[in-house]
Amino acid sequence: MSEIIAKAPQGHIEVRNFSLSYDSIEGPVQAVTDTQIHVQPGEFVSIVGPSGCGKSTLLNAVAGFLKPTTGMVTVDGEKVNGPSAERGMVFQQYSLFPWKTVRENVEFGLKMRGMPRSQRERAARTLLGLAGLEAFEKHYPEKLSGGMKQRVGIVRALATGPKVLLLDEPFGALDAQTRVIMQQILTNMWQRLKISVLFVTHDIDEAIFLSDRVYCMTARPGSIKAEIPIPLERPRQQSMMMSSEFLALRRGLMSLIREESIKAMGGELTDMGMQGLNIELHGHSLADVI
Amino acid sequence: MPAANAIGEAGSVPATLPATPTFGTLALRWYRLNRGGLRATAVGIVSLLAFLLVWHLLTTYRVVFFVRFTNVPSPLAVYASFTKAIHDPKFLMHIVLSCRRILVGFSLAAIVGVPLGLIMGRFKLVHEIIFPVAEVLRPIPAIAWVPMAIMLWPTNEQSIVFITFLGSFFPILINTLHGMSLVDPVLVRAAQCLGARERSIFRDVYFPASLPHIFTGLTVGMGVAWVSLIAAEMISGQYGIGYFTWEAYSLVQYADIALGMIAIGVLGLGSSMLIRGAGQLVMPWRSR
Ligand SMILES: Nc1ncnc2c1ncn2[C@@H]1O[C@H](COP(=O)(O)OP(=O)(O)OP(=O)(O)O)[C@@H](O)[C@H]1O
Ligand SMILES: [Mg+2]
Repeated sequence: MSEIIAKAPQGHIEVRNFSLSYDSIEGPVQAVTDTQIHVQPGEFVSIVGPSGCGKSTLLNAVAGFLKPTTGMVTVDGEKVNGPSAERGMVFQQYSLFPWKTVRENVEFGLKMRGMPRSQRERAARTLLGLAGLEAFEKHYPEKLSGGMKQRVGIVRALATGPKVLLLDEPFGALDAQTRVIMQQILTNMWQRLKISVLFVTHDIDEAIFLSDRVYCMTARPGSIKAEIPIPLERPRQQSMMMSSEFLALRRGLMSLIREESIKAMGGELTDMGMQGLNIELHGHSLADVI
Repeated sequence: MPAANAIGEAGSVPATLPATPTFGTLALRWYRLNRGGLRATAVGIVSLLAFLLVWHLLTTYRVVFFVRFTNVPSPLAVYASFTKAIHDPKFLMHIVLSCRRILVGFSLAAIVGVPLGLIMGRFKLVHEIIFPVAEVLRPIPAIAWVPMAIMLWPTNEQSIVFITFLGSFFPILINTLHGMSLVDPVLVRAAQCLGARERSIFRDVYFPASLPHIFTGLTVGMGVAWVSLIAAEMISGQYGIGYFTWEAYSLVQYADIALGMIAIGVLGLGSSMLIRGAGQLVMPWRSR
């Protein structure tokens, strides 16, 4: 493993005075404004926020697909100037190449780096083995389940040994059980690789369970409303989600997001409606409600 | 066959299969899996035989009912002229020449059309320059090009190949362009984050993503290539299966007319099967 992915403690993401607006016919649409975030080397950081608040925008700017309108994004002090293999990305939509087998998908980044065929085959096999996918190396993505596709997507993004891994609601399309398994797999890989992770999600439980720190964004135009450290010890078990510590964090985050979701919906909800929401939310994630 | 029936029979399979399947059980399983295909083949053969029978009856009794079958050759007459023709080097030469024209014209169309479509799909300016011209020329049927082609090209052979080329060129170009416009941008982004540069994005994303549409274009293009070729041969040819068919009419060789038509049908079918086969070879991820 360590010879495939050489790791020094690096992958320090820094987003400073960041804002981004899209051009549209009605004038510029301010998606994200006045945002500062950072991810320390090896840290797992999540971004949660109401729908349409600019989470994907922020992540795409870190990936290098979008240029900030003001401010800048740096990784290890270097300005981000376009996509690169240093920043691996996993998308919400399935993004495996349908014309490549599972193993060829994983090999792609290594091929781009000019690694000889036999070497990259071996590397891809090792990585697929770690994700429990070796039996599927010759399958085409079409034949895989959603969870497997995203697992291959994560493995593919990690194969080139990026400094940071960016994930945009990668488990959004998966059912609850698969989601839990994927969270475990992601945690395991992250701990093995000591890589920095920036993770976007709708799901508060997911954010708390996975992260060292959670940023909570305001409704559009998005900015950072709060930064919540998650001091839960690792390794984390599914059973922790019932602990009082977890539930307290959850309540805190939930109320922060609720305020913003109401703003995002135009503040139309009455107090009565809110009482209803409050009850509903027990045992459900915010994503189920909004 | 109703689906319920199939399910009922599948349900009667013993729960535990023998560890080493005997030839009998294997044959039975093969039959179960391929029942649909076998039925289609059987029905297909019966329907072709029925077609022959109807043709035979219509021509033997010289039916006149709006359409006149008085001079239409019977299947047996066509078969007789077929057995004669396959020993006739001239007939074989007609077929070889037509195939060669298709091969050259269609290949040129694919060699020019596919890369041009890929480049137009990737570079807006090239698209803006070429597309209007293509749109103006595209609605002109290849047959309408015959007089112009004769003026343009020094030999008859070249003008016929040119017309075949034109016929297949536009379907190939337009479908390639269409494929390029449908490439999922997420796949391009995924490739970029894996370190792919412009060249490999083109080769590893845009090209394979467009292949299904390219092959649609090739299939349609092959069909139009035959249409154009036969028309051109009938008008200006001296050889070729289209010319053979037209000549048979002039010489009152009625059986040869039908023979020529059937030969054209078989050749067209064969060439589109070749393209489908090539498509399955090139796109293994799509075969199921
Ligand atoms: N290309 C674009 N042009 C104009 N406006 C855009 C564009 N892309 C996004 N937006 C707007 O910017 C805002 C932020 O979008 P973004 O996709 O970043 O939100 P998000 O937080 O990821 O939402 P979701 O949770 O639904 O994925 C949205 O209100 C959206 O309508
Ligand atoms: Mg989003």
